[in-house]
Order: sequence, then structure tokens, then C-alpha cells
Amino acid sequence: MESWNDERLEKVVSMLLISGVSLAAVVVLLGGVCFLWQHGNDHPDYHVFHGVEQQYRSIRGVLEAARPSDCRGVIQLGLILLICTPIARVAFSMLGFLLERDRTYVVLTVIVLAILVYGLVGPH
Amino acid sequence: MTNLEFTPLVFAISAVAGLLGALTGLGGGVVVTPALTLLLGVDIRYAIGASLVSVIATSSGAAAAYVREGYSNIRIGMFLEIATTIGAVVGAYLATRTPTAILGIIFGVVLLHSAWMSTRGRPRDTSGKEDPLARRFKLNGSYPGEHGKKSYQVTHVQAGFSLMFGAGTLSGLLGIGSGALKVIAMDQIMRIPFKVSTTTSNFMIGVTAAASAGIYLSRGYIEPVLAMPVMLGVLAGSLIGARQLVGARVRVLRWIFALAVGAMAIEMIVNGARQI
Repeated sequence: MESWNDERLEKVVSMLLISGVSLAAVVVLLGGVCFLWQHGNDHPDYHVFHGVEQQYRSIRGVLEAARPSDCRGVIQLGLILLICTPIARVAFSMLGFLLERDRTYVVLTVIVLAILVYGLVGPH
Repeated sequence: MTNLEFTPLVFAISAVAGLLGALTGLGGGVVVTPALTLLLGVDIRYAIGASLVSVIATSSGAAAAYVREGYSNIRIGMFLEIATTIGAVVGAYLATRTPTAILGIIFGVVLLHSAWMSTRGRPRDTSGKEDPLARRFKLNGSYPGEHGKKSYQVTHVQAGFSLMFGAGTLSGLLGIGSGALKVIAMDQIMRIPFKVSTTTSNFMIGVTAAASAGIYLSRGYIEPVLAMPVMLGVLAGSLIGARQLVGARVRVLRWIFALAVGAMAIEMIVNGARQI
């Protein structure tokens, strides 16, 4: 097996990022086409801030909402996939540093990962 | 305007923003928000929510180019991301408590600074004295130069780390990548070579933005129907922009763009001041 080093780690991580962003873009596009198909003639209003509906504000809500009859939910699912992509990148880097037996960087990466998880699912 | 008219319009504006953002190195997010608020009258909170999402997309999408080049430094990135992600969480909380008029003014000031930065050429790489912290955290590295690998040493780690916290806070507050500030911290303060600074900054932008995205999401800032054309547009524009070769015409374009961004910045500041 090829040994782990920073260069190889960066390549794998980059592939992960590209796959994540591509998948997210496809889901967002599908949801968007589906939304425009159903609501193309509605009039959007973003002049006044109301905040999106409650079901689109959490991962659990979006997972329940996303289905062909709720295209906004599908778009939001794609956006959440996108938000998770850099987080997956950090998680994977941690694995890489573990394989490199670099204890300092395992600790640093865990700190970054903890902040990201707090940002994503913490009590806001 | 119906959704069938509004969505393609937002897509087109975002694609132009992404294209210019990539060509000038400003990033698309910093242009999309003023365009949405000033041209289409979108509330700044929806605009920064959509912009933040597009920032994650471009940062992650741009990774393809860096695989080939081998300039980015994953350790510098991870080390500094501690500062930027904490800053981003703080910034996102501040965003929910800051009146929109003030947000607009701060945005305008940051935009002015970015416009000014974009007109300046690439600074010459100079190396400083090595910081013991740089060795402790293995930040020194090398990159492919004209005659084989060129190694570099990192200096002023603490100052760079502090500025990164500020860059993260602005990113979370305004839904931007804060690329300009990140590059200043790495290139001018920590004396990391320019190419390494810009590519590492681009890697970091996505992680920084992801830290505040969850807070935006839970506050209802991320409107899927608006974010959809913004994300896809900025991504498409920046991918095209990244492929363009840097030439003489880009220099002229840079100036025109800087003037346009400067004008938008002043309008945002004036608009904000009127609402106070």
C-alpha cells in the first residue's frame, strides 16, 4: 500500500470536494426545475424578510420535507449536501492525519470538526 | 415578476458575478449580495444566505484546479481554520443581532476594501524570519517553482491567526468568503508565497462558510428558491472564469470591475446610512 503523505491526502480530499459539490448541484438543479414546473407563474417576494418556513430550517425537517411533491425541500436538501461537503473534507483530513500518525494535527482537526458540527446542529 | 422570469435573471446576475469574481480574485459572493439587494431589492438577509451557499460551492468546485497545481498547504489551512471557523460562528450570531442598515454599511466598507485590493498587482514574495510556532505546527512547506521545488518559511503566526479570526467573523457576518483578508493575513503578514496563500485561502473559504451556514439555516436566511439560481450561477461563472488565462485584457477588466464594485459599495453605504 502506498504510504500516506500530505500530497496524497490533498488529492483525495479534492476529489471528495468535487464529488460533493457536483452531487449537490445536481440535486439543487432537479429541485429547481421541479419547482419552476409547478410554481413558475407565482410571484416571488424577497423584499421583506419573513424567514423560510420552519421545516426548511433543520436537517431533520428537510429530510422529511424533501420529496417530489415538495420541490423547495429538494433544493434545500441539495444545499445541505453542499454545506456538508467541506465538513466531510475536514473529517476525511482527520483520518489522513491519523494514518500519518500526526497527533498534533489530529487534535487540531478534531477542534475544527467540533466547531463545524456545533455550527451545523448546535442549539441556535 | 414571476418565478420563471426572476430565476433566470438571478442566475444571469450570479453567473456574471462568479465570472468577474474569479477573474479578479475577489470571489463571487462579495458581488452577488450588493447585486441582489441594489438591483432586485432583495432583503439583505436572504441575499447573504444565498451568497454564503454560493461561496461554499465555488470554494469546493475550485479544488479541481489545485489538485493539478499542488500549491495549497493543508496544514496551514487546517491550523488557521480554527481561527476562521470560531470567527464565522461569532459572525453568524452577530448577523442575527445586527440591524440590516448597519449590515449594509459594513458590507459597503468591506466591498470598498476589496475593490481597492483587486486593483493592486500581485505582490513580490519575500521571506521573513522563521517563527518557532511555524516549526511547532509544521507550517513551513514547499511548492512547485520554475526550477524544482521551492521551500518557504512562515513567520508572524500569532498575528496571522488573529487576523484570520477577523476574516472568519466578517465571513459569518456578511455571508462572504473574505478571501481578500485571508490572503493579506497569509501573504503579507505570515509571508507565505502568494500562490500558496491564494490557493490555501480558497480551500479555507468553504470550511469557514460551512461553520456559519448552519446558523443561517436555522434562522431561516437560506431561501431555497433564491439560493438555487445564485449557487448554480456563481458556480458556473467562476468555473468559466478560472479557465480564462490571465492577460493584458484582464488588467483593464480589473479596473473597470473595481470601479463598478466601488460604486456599489458607496451605494450600499449611502442606503444603509439613510435607513438609520
